[in-house]
Amino acid sequence: MLESVIQNILNALQWGSYYSLIALGYCLVYGVLLLINFAHGDIFMVGAYIAFFVSTLLLGHYGFLPFALPKGLVLALTIPLTMFLTSCVGVFIERVAYRPLRRKGANRLYVVITALMAGLILENGNLALLGASRKNFPELLDKTVYTLGSVAFTNVKIIVILAAFLVFWLLNFIVTKTKIGMAMRAISYDRFAVPLMGIPVDTIIVFTFVLGSSMAAIAGILFAMSYPILDPYMGAMVGWKAFIAAVVGGIGDIRGAFVGGFILGFVEILVVAFFPSTFRDLIAFTILLIILSIKPTGIFGVAKTTKI
Amino acid sequence: MKKFLAGLLTFLFVFSTMVAFAADTIKIGFNIPLTGDIPKVGEASKFAAEMLKEDINSKGGLEVGGKKYKLEFIYEDNESKAESAVSAALKLIERDQVLAIIGPNSSKQAVPAGQVCNDNRTPMISPWSTNPDTTKDRPWVFRAAFLDPFQGPVAVNFASKTFKAKKAAVLFALDNDYSKGLAEIFKSEWEKKHGPGTVVAFETYASKDQDFSAQLTKIIAAKPDFIFLPDNYNEVALIVKQAHDLGWNGPFMGSDAWGSAELMNLCGNDCVGHYFSTHYAAAGATGATKEFIDRYTAKYGYVPDDVAALTWDATRLVLQAIQDAGKITGNVRKDRKAIRDALANIKEFKGITGTMKFDEQGDPIKCAVVVRISEKGEFLFTESVCP
Repeated sequence: MLESVIQNILNALQWGSYYSLIALGYCLVYGVLLLINFAHGDIFMVGAYIAFFVSTLLLGHYGFLPFALPKGLVLALTIPLTMFLTSCVGVFIERVAYRPLRRKGANRLYVVITALMAGLILENGNLALLGASRKNFPELLDKTVYTLGSVAFTNVKIIVILAAFLVFWLLNFIVTKTKIGMAMRAISYDRFAVPLMGIPVDTIIVFTFVLGSSMAAIAGILFAMSYPILDPYMGAMVGWKAFIAAVVGGIGDIRGAFVGGFILGFVEILVVAFFPSTFRDLIAFTILLIILSIKPTGIFGVAKTTKI
Repeated sequence: MKKFLAGLLTFLFVFSTMVAFAADTIKIGFNIPLTGDIPKVGEASKFAAEMLKEDINSKGGLEVGGKKYKLEFIYEDNESKAESAVSAALKLIERDQVLAIIGPNSSKQAVPAGQVCNDNRTPMISPWSTNPDTTKDRPWVFRAAFLDPFQGPVAVNFASKTFKAKKAAVLFALDNDYSKGLAEIFKSEWEKKHGPGTVVAFETYASKDQDFSAQLTKIIAAKPDFIFLPDNYNEVALIVKQAHDLGWNGPFMGSDAWGSAELMNLCGNDCVGHYFSTHYAAAGATGATKEFIDRYTAKYGYVPDDVAALTWDATRLVLQAIQDAGKITGNVRKDRKAIRDALANIKEFKGITGTMKFDEQGDPIKCAVVVRISEKGEFLFTESVCP
């Protein structure tokens, strides 16, 4: 019994890590722009696909490189390249979809709808471009299964969990300790006064999208390493759930998004572990609803008053 | 200018309808998943149908009542969704005025689409659907595959014998008619054979899920002798890999939804050595089956899976019925009725997936095979089970 509990905690930590990493991206953009970037789940999907193409290219699958690189080096190169390319996609979407609306002073509602559409375009664009068949992500790390008693875990699982914590720590450092982080918080606080202080708002927003999309890229790589089957819709459901996680944690606060992701992971896994799996989503989302009805701003959220 | 445009449009309209009537074609619709969860299934169906169409059209067409008709196949994508399968069926019936519909393939779409075809009095034949509800009390709906009430016991008997298993675990997709129906049949058959409580874990997931660790942890803790997975190939690949990550080394038993050409691309070495029940075994086939496999492999570059073979059979069944009906009147409703009657009258049919006899529900009585996934990724014939 104890062993099965430990096993489930490990499972939940891994599953929660993806939600957390994606929720962090939602949260960053929301914190700065007060925009719910619904395309974020699909940027995560794009990240996984980019990782697939970068790694297969480096492994010499297309005959583009005259030599095949060793797996470890491929992984080490795939991570920064994927982060870079995915942030290009994120910034591109900001540039062509959100910025024009922002310039015209459009209501936030329209920008949210634009985000939804951008997400659908990414999904269906991928479908049109690459076809519907699944991609099998190459194994970049020799997977080893460790067993302690009846608890089994792989090295990938441990790496995923550690990476999530590391990324969170790094992000927390950027947002709270650096100048650019301070500027991000300032825009979130008052978007109209900040430019008057000589802070380049657009640069900060682009930086926010770079950060958010790189989180999604890391999540994409880690996800593809543990669940090596990629399809164009893989980001939709995970993205939605990560958004819920961000709201439960208190959207706008990165600690909230991080904790919210793990809460959702734990709830989903533990419900299956102790109840019939049929009721998973029913019970999981009831629990989240209860959390929200007790604290509508989310766990770390602060109530904001709007002056008219 | 306006008048000219209107005149042009009228002319085009009249002209196109005239062409539609003048050309001696037989239109058959295909309601298949070209995108969505199981795109390989749709692709296989389409490839098999294209091959058959080329065969017949290159000989001048299908001979019905002394006259040759060219075949026209219309492929509608049902995105592997129930609601899209319904609209695809309606589109084929209303807009394209097809004489008969092949597909949908999975029961998830075939059950609702069957209702639409039955209500609209259009003959439909599902190549791959194994859920009994697809054809039940629907005189206009037929199929080319065996049924889950037959497939379930095949899996039960095979696993009891080969794995010497006493305890089974099942993991299935709750929102998939096929998966759920087969899982329930398996459970009741297994408990009938081994006594109540011998299905030690009966776990579910939802179709879009990617993480199965909680369910698998529960299953492995229950210590079954094997795990039964009546699931689609894309999910199978994830489940099998994750089970191995969680320290499971025992056998898996699968169902016919495993048998896609894509399974081994996605699953790789993790799937080697496991068994599943299916409609035909490509490795070691003979006669017409071998000829089909060789031609398909030469044309498309991979060994056809069961869906391709079943689509071939289903389409040939429809063509056979059209020939039996004797003539094409041009009145779609009359022709559909004649084709349905002819289909219902086919008593025995020699297909490449075996000889089929049809019962009064429009379901074939045919043999199933159990295959083993070899080290080379081939599906090797292990056992044949006949009713």
